[in-house]
Amino acid sequence: MASLSAALRVRVHAPWSATAWRDTVFVASGVPLQLAGWLILGSLWSFWTPVRVTPIVLLTFASVLLLLLALRPLTSWQRERCWAMLGFDIPRMPGFDGGRAWDVLRDLRSPELWRVLQYHLLVAPFLALGGLAVIGAWTAGLALATSATYAWAVHPGDPLAGHPQRVAVLTAAGVLLLVAAPWAAAGVRRLDARAASALLGPDRAKELQRRVEDLAEKRASVVDAADIERRRIERDLHDGAQQRLVSLALNLGLARETLTGVPDEAMRVIVEAHEEAKAALTELRDLIRGLHPAVLEDRGLDAALSGVAARVPLPVRLRVDIEPRASSTVEAVAYFVVSEALTNVVKHARANEVDVSVARGGDVLRVMVRDDGAGGADPSAGTGLTGLARRVRSVDGTFRITSPAGGPTTVTVELPCAL
Amino acid sequence: MRIVIAEDSVLLRAGLIKLLETSGFEVAAAVGEAEGLLAAVREHRPDAAIVDVRMPPGFTDEGVRAALVMRRETPGTAVLLLSQYVEERYAADLLSTSTSGIGYLLKDRVADVSVFLDALRRVASGGTALDPEVVSQLLLRRHRDPLDRLTPREKEVLGLMAEGRSNAGIAAALVVSESAVAKHINGIFAKLDLPHAEGDHRRVLAVLRFLGGDG
Repeated sequence: MASLSAALRVRVHAPWSATAWRDTVFVASGVPLQLAGWLILGSLWSFWTPVRVTPIVLLTFASVLLLLLALRPLTSWQRERCWAMLGFDIPRMPGFDGGRAWDVLRDLRSPELWRVLQYHLLVAPFLALGGLAVIGAWTAGLALATSATYAWAVHPGDPLAGHPQRVAVLTAAGVLLLVAAPWAAAGVRRLDARAASALLGPDRAKELQRRVEDLAEKRASVVDAADIERRRIERDLHDGAQQRLVSLALNLGLARETLTGVPDEAMRVIVEAHEEAKAALTELRDLIRGLHPAVLEDRGLDAALSGVAARVPLPVRLRVDIEPRASSTVEAVAYFVVSEALTNVVKHARANEVDVSVARGGDVLRVMVRDDGAGGADPSAGTGLTGLARRVRSVDGTFRITSPAGGPTTVTVELPCAL
Repeated sequence: MRIVIAEDSVLLRAGLIKLLETSGFEVAAAVGEAEGLLAAVREHRPDAAIVDVRMPPGFTDEGVRAALVMRRETPGTAVLLLSQYVEERYAADLLSTSTSGIGYLLKDRVADVSVFLDALRRVASGGTALDPEVVSQLLLRRHRDPLDRLTPREKEVLGLMAEGRSNAGIAAALVVSESAVAKHINGIFAKLDLPHAEGDHRRVLAVLRFLGGDG
């Protein structure tokens, strides 16, 4: 395999191969651009070389300004060159690319500017040297490899004629150069691409950071959207189905109270329907309440949680201290945590008493639900705990549960208030 | 008895009108939002107003706020609030003004026609009608204080008292004699350090004021 790939590489880099020519053209085309930085910096001095301090300072300043103004076009040409010749895309730098040439003055403090300068002034000259070397290798190689023909055909009186040994050595050297040139071109090309992507492309660390911020923002908006959706569903159910059901139950109740002379059979049906409607109402109310209680928005967590706690058929000690109020999404999560945890306690814990505390310390909302029940709650068992933990994670919160067999069970949730 | 209804659901409004008229009440006006309620009460001077808590435009607690304004403007008008959920905070707001002629029920209770009408009559005649859910929330808020000293039976009696029931009503609900109820109530007063008061109405007031507490 190794020998095969080596053979392949030799073929790819053969002097007549497409890769060799592409690399050579790429490297050669880079030379003027890579020298441009210093050329621009020195251009004014070639017209006029002052000897007094003030003009020197002025000229220096003007040169630097000229270079700075040229940075954007130079960079974008480099980018175009990489894309056109190698199909290699250097991503644009947000906040630097795309501006006009004179925006550079505003960017003096941006790290992007200094990285670009680094490319054009420090790295580019070496790349240009490499490019020139490649061009030199090709030219010298061609000249030397054909020296015998030249000597024989063009200059019958050439000093080489009649020195076959010299000719052979020179030809061999030429052939070697021709073979080496594509490799050199490939090397310079690789260096150039690497330098360009490192210095002309966006900073990776910064890019990652930006991406993280971007994702965090997107996730926050998704969480908010889900919250808004829950509220919309709550309102739709409240204004629609619930009102109809109340009205239906009211009419059935009225029928039950006022109809006289109805056959027993029919009355039984009415009574059943009435009871069913009332049961449906209770279920619907609990469902809607779980979505997003109106009182939460209106009066905050304290009021909403005392409502939840009152419906639990156990003594609940509730302490809420959350000034200033957190965002509505965080409040909704805290509400959900407490109401789910209490539901779990009622369903599974066989507890006598529950302690609930919600307290804000700085930027963290701490929610704790402790019961004196049987313990042994296992979040991996797929109870409501999994959903709870997921909901907490959706706002970057932490979820902990300690529940040794025999109890007590403590659920602790910390929610960052500033997303 | 003249009633004003404020309820934004057309269907339920029609149902309430039918219910009240069938049961011998006079519906002076039926409106769909809080502003309309205040205007209707000013115009018709009804005995009682049935008010949905959640109404346009905000769909949060417009009804409660309108009821508070109404209590200030026309203190004689009884208010029966209906809500999809009963929240003790809303009840505390209302009770802080006065505890007579105040009712606060879950909307579902409308379906129990006789219970609902009974509550409405109680409220219109200056009594109180609180939903058991509100009462349990109020009891919870006071968990730390002298209520802890009550026996479970006394707590039950207190809850029923807070709903606005008479001794006879409590006796019926708990299936005990009225004298037993009176004994429990005396026990409650003793434990809660309430000054001696006469008559059902003042008794309920005292309890409610205690439950409403600082509210």
